[in-house]
Amino acid sequence: MLVRLKRYWSYLAIAAVIAFFILIPFDWFLGRYTTLMIFIGIYTIVTVGLCLLMGYTGQVSLGQAAFFGMGAYVSAILSKTYGVNPWGAMIVAAVMTGAFAYIIGYPIFRLKGNYLAMATLGLGLIMWILFKELSQFTGGPDGMSGIPFLAIGGFIFDTSFRRYFLVWAFCLAVLLISQNIIGSRIGRALRAIHGSEAAAESIGINVTQFKVKILVLSAVLASLAGSLLVFNMNFVNPQTFDFMSSVKLVVMAVIGGLASIWGAVFGAGVTRLLSEELLVRFVGWDIVIYGLILVLIMIFMPDGLFVKLKEIFERLRLRYRQRGTEP
Amino acid sequence: MSSAQFVQYLISGITSGSVYALVGLGFTIIYAVTKIINFAQGEFVMLGGLLSFTLIHSAGLPAVPALILSIIIAAAIGAVMYLLAIRPAQKASVVSLIIITIGAAIFIRGIVGQELTKSFVRPPSFSGEESISFLGAHIDPQALWIIGTMVMVTIILHLFLTYTMVGKALKACAINPVASSLVGINPRTMALLAFVLASAVGGIGGVVLAPFTPMSYQSGVMLGLKGFVAAAIGGFRSPVAAVFGGLLLGIVESFAVAANWGPFTSAYKDAIALVVLLLILLVRSGKLAEEERAG
Repeated sequence: MLVRLKRYWSYLAIAAVIAFFILIPFDWFLGRYTTLMIFIGIYTIVTVGLCLLMGYTGQVSLGQAAFFGMGAYVSAILSKTYGVNPWGAMIVAAVMTGAFAYIIGYPIFRLKGNYLAMATLGLGLIMWILFKELSQFTGGPDGMSGIPFLAIGGFIFDTSFRRYFLVWAFCLAVLLISQNIIGSRIGRALRAIHGSEAAAESIGINVTQFKVKILVLSAVLASLAGSLLVFNMNFVNPQTFDFMSSVKLVVMAVIGGLASIWGAVFGAGVTRLLSEELLVRFVGWDIVIYGLILVLIMIFMPDGLFVKLKEIFERLRLRYRQRGTEP
Repeated sequence: MSSAQFVQYLISGITSGSVYALVGLGFTIIYAVTKIINFAQGEFVMLGGLLSFTLIHSAGLPAVPALILSIIIAAAIGAVMYLLAIRPAQKASVVSLIIITIGAAIFIRGIVGQELTKSFVRPPSFSGEESISFLGAHIDPQALWIIGTMVMVTIILHLFLTYTMVGKALKACAINPVASSLVGINPRTMALLAFVLASAVGGIGGVVLAPFTPMSYQSGVMLGLKGFVAAAIGGFRSPVAAVFGGLLLGIVESFAVAANWGPFTSAYKDAIALVVLLLILLVRSGKLAEEERAG
């Protein structure tokens, strides 16, 4: 009886969450937050990739904005300058970014820890310089405007209402697929690598190959998010992919908990909300707050804020339940 | 390229190389003692430059006390950073420590941007603006100050590490922290000292660089990265090696820009250091992995 009731409740909770998300873009509900929610969805996709990379392989990337930017710029250039269909541009961008990640993966994963971090930081900065300086393709520091919208047949995603559902459909698919990966053989191998590379290798896991695979996956996710970003704003500029942008992605992953897929939504949500709603009134203070967040979370809860909150919640629930059963 | 041009580019390379060397020294000192790469190292150069400008222009201090005070403040901020952000996380993983130092870096950058100034600033030169002619090249006297300061700092640091008790203790702690704590050297005190020294050296770099190249609160990232390249060329081993690394990087950068080959114009100057960085990391990757395992 209790079990059935509990399952009933959890179904109801999931239904309520889904209904809430569907209702958000309606004007009479939270319509004015539609644009914010679109950005949260896009950044969630990048953060999921980064969480997979950092949380499950224990490798840090300070250049994730490079992949994000590649997806954005390839999509923008193909669809605007060469008139390629936006969906096609999106796929080409994802394949190119994935291939790029694959090529750099093997040499870069010969490095570890501090050196890997510096290498990714360097890579991110190189891409940023290219976005800025290859102005005959990218429009230089001013960026490119007039990029088309995505469309299915005659149905154009030209209102934020429509794009909200598009972005969150992508986001949900990415979350579910990633969840599946984590639960699969690959996920177990990744956790083994995070635990001890030597031990993982000794039981027959090809450590470098797995790391490269996960780097490619995170790059493809970042590229998809980049494409969604440009087809959402019809505009792209290099500032979106600078060093601070990479750091902000790390902030999102850190808040979300490095080894938590669903935490990525939380991390991206909190960070975008902070940036767009709270800190706009204190321009320039955002990086101070982010710096503080990074230091505090890493000192006091190295598994991430979301994971810590989940732990606290579990502990409270256990205590509550114990109290309930005691006479 | 005429010989005058050659001298011009060489000196310009040595000048910027000297700054990279100073940043690289900071990286090397901290890494030797704590095995931490301090991603905030570039911020101390920025602090030195912007503090000296603020103290001279807004607080109206005379130049010499303003410069000394800037260096002291930068060193103090380095100490505070160690005590508040690094020491509580002593047992943290490498990735956590990287994220912590980055957090500290953007925190410092943000505060400076908000409280001091957001624009590019240039404090007055140490000894006038008139350039000196040397072998047909025109040299900004400030460039000589930068090179001279770097040489002095390196010599003083070397003497400190070789001939004073505290310096020897620092060196011992870098070589073997466990053994040195057995003979009464506190590794935590030494780590604090390393952070203070590194941020002071960074501050000195900023103080001498700012009158030469205008700086803003965002200048720290690139300077930090290039200092890292300098330290990486030197293998994070000895301060002198980091200095040579810095000079080498500065000279390569200067002549690469001078060559002005094909699409590689001065717009890509910063990319050169990054490519050098990636090459070094990849060429030395086997060795670096070994060190990481040992350390």
